[in-house]
Amino acid sequence: MKERRGDMYGVMGEFLSPEQILAAAKQARQEGYRHVTAYTPFPVEGLAEAMGIRWTAVPLVTLLGGIAGGLTGFGLQYWVAVITYPLNIGGRPLNSWPAFIPVTFELTVLGAAIFAVVGMLAMNRLPQPYHPIFGVARFEHASTDRFFLCIEARDAKFHIVEAAKFMQKAGAEHVTEVRHEE
Amino acid sequence: MSFSEPPLNAPEIRRLDPVLETGHTYASVTDKIAAVVLTRPVGVGWLAGFTLSFLIVMLLFVSIAWLIARGVGIWGINIPIGWGFAIVNFVWWIGIGHAGTLISAILLLLNQKWRTSINRFAEAMTLFAVACAGIFPLIHTGRPWMAYYMFPYPSTMGVWPQFRSPLIWDVFAVSTYGTVSLLFWFVGLLPDLATLRDRARNRWQQVVYGFLAMGWRGSAHHWHRYQAAYLLLAGLATPLVLSVHTVVSFDFAVAIVPGWHTTIFPPYFVAGAIYSGFAMVLTLAIPLRKAYGLEDFITMRHLENMAKVMLATGLIVAYGYFVEFFMAFYSGNKFDLFLAHQRLHGPYSGYYFALILCNILTPQLLWFEKVRRNVAALFVMSLVINTGMWLERFVIVVISLTRDFVPGAWGRYQATFWDYSTFVGTIGLFVMLIFLFVRALPAIAIAEMRELVAHQADSSGERE
Repeated sequence: MKERRGDMYGVMGEFLSPEQILAAAKQARQEGYRHVTAYTPFPVEGLAEAMGIRWTAVPLVTLLGGIAGGLTGFGLQYWVAVITYPLNIGGRPLNSWPAFIPVTFELTVLGAAIFAVVGMLAMNRLPQPYHPIFGVARFEHASTDRFFLCIEARDAKFHIVEAAKFMQKAGAEHVTEVRHEE
Repeated sequence: MSFSEPPLNAPEIRRLDPVLETGHTYASVTDKIAAVVLTRPVGVGWLAGFTLSFLIVMLLFVSIAWLIARGVGIWGINIPIGWGFAIVNFVWWIGIGHAGTLISAILLLLNQKWRTSINRFAEAMTLFAVACAGIFPLIHTGRPWMAYYMFPYPSTMGVWPQFRSPLIWDVFAVSTYGTVSLLFWFVGLLPDLATLRDRARNRWQQVVYGFLAMGWRGSAHHWHRYQAAYLLLAGLATPLVLSVHTVVSFDFAVAIVPGWHTTIFPPYFVAGAIYSGFAMVLTLAIPLRKAYGLEDFITMRHLENMAKVMLATGLIVAYGYFVEFFMAFYSGNKFDLFLAHQRLHGPYSGYYFALILCNILTPQLLWFEKVRRNVAALFVMSLVINTGMWLERFVIVVISLTRDFVPGAWGRYQATFWDYSTFVGTIGLFVMLIFLFVRALPAIAIAEMRELVAHQADSSGERE
């Protein structure tokens, strides 16, 4: 086994059920590991909290997108109808704002939706074609019926033997090391 | 699902069918749904259906090519009937699209577990229906290559769209709806694309699904943001879906044409849209579950619930028809009264009575449990309702336009071969896209089904 720490990504354990992975994740946190990630085939309730994830910026980004979309929508219509291309139709006011509501609304929703999706992908660092975890052969089950917990090498407390022992203690079916590709 | 025994003196309660048949594991639901895409050989039925729909798409292309060569005069439209089939079909298709978003977004917010196995293909249906709908206003302009005039762009002519016009609202509503539906669909697909990537055994499948999955790993961090984004999209799509058909109804209601200028139009258009959309979901779900053996996932519970939604929205639509008549009499406006008379006794009264038969009378059979649980009856009913909804738009467009204020402006409308060929052509396009979809992408949301398995395990207190 190579002892170079540079190409080591982490130690990964494979679990059979959502309850097991949840227990293992909580345990890892209790033992003082901070860079731990769980991989599951569907969202497991409570797992994010057990990883120490408390907050996500997705709602804020969505709100900003909605505000930007709404302002663009109304601003565009106001600028067109009042400033750059005013049409006097029966002496009605140029800033006939009730007629501008539908487009303002649609662009608000559009802006919010695009920001939500693009923001979610960007914060998840997707698209990301390469990740060391894909090098583990059994990881293909992570999208079907297996639950994986990985203690990452960048964790201050990380030690390959200790981490592997921890996984076995937590009840992992398989324990593998995850390495960066050469 | 487990239900405790009811107390002895309680009235007999029928046990609900499960939303997922028991005995499934994470692996079994994944296998069964992914196999349709990855390993199942192409069957004769699929090939025959695809070929037929492909030929009908060729008819659509010929019709559009001929239209562009000769102009909209090849259709039966002329003044005073400027709208004709193109707008009838546009409204019909866009209405069908509504059920997809309703199932995915509104039922998600209402925490209705039964939406899980039908949301994916209902969303696909929405996208394809919006694509079919979009064709009509585009080619109805007569000069589709000029359609970009409808978008605000800094042209050298210094001309801008008229934002006070419902037709411009429509451009924004429909294009926003198409975009948001596509985003919603793609976000929902992301974990399933990763599943397909991991299960693909040949090179091109691995490359294509790997590319589309974008490196999804299913980490807790991914899921956390994913769930937040998905819920927000549902919250955004809910008012959006209501707004789209409202804006479509404004195309009519803002005009002063008798029969169009009523305030009941927005709610009754939205209800009609959901009505026809659910009918189309049934039309697709019933053959799909049969052909690919998905009865465990799309259970009687789903079919019955959809029948109930159809019954409820059908009653709202019936109320809309009633209010149209009531307002004509209550207002005492002679043009509205005359239009009401023309619907019952005019040259197109046959369409009106057929509409009442399809949309109001036939669906009353859904009050009976026997009918709601009869798959064949539901299939026929869904076709009847879709016909009825098409007739509704025909009645709205054609009767009002042929019976304007001044008798000198009256006219008749007769659809031509090219009207029918374009309409049938879009049905072919829709069916062809559905055929391609069921083979290329998982028709049922796999990750959500796994969640359902987990919930099932929780509630029955046993592990797989």
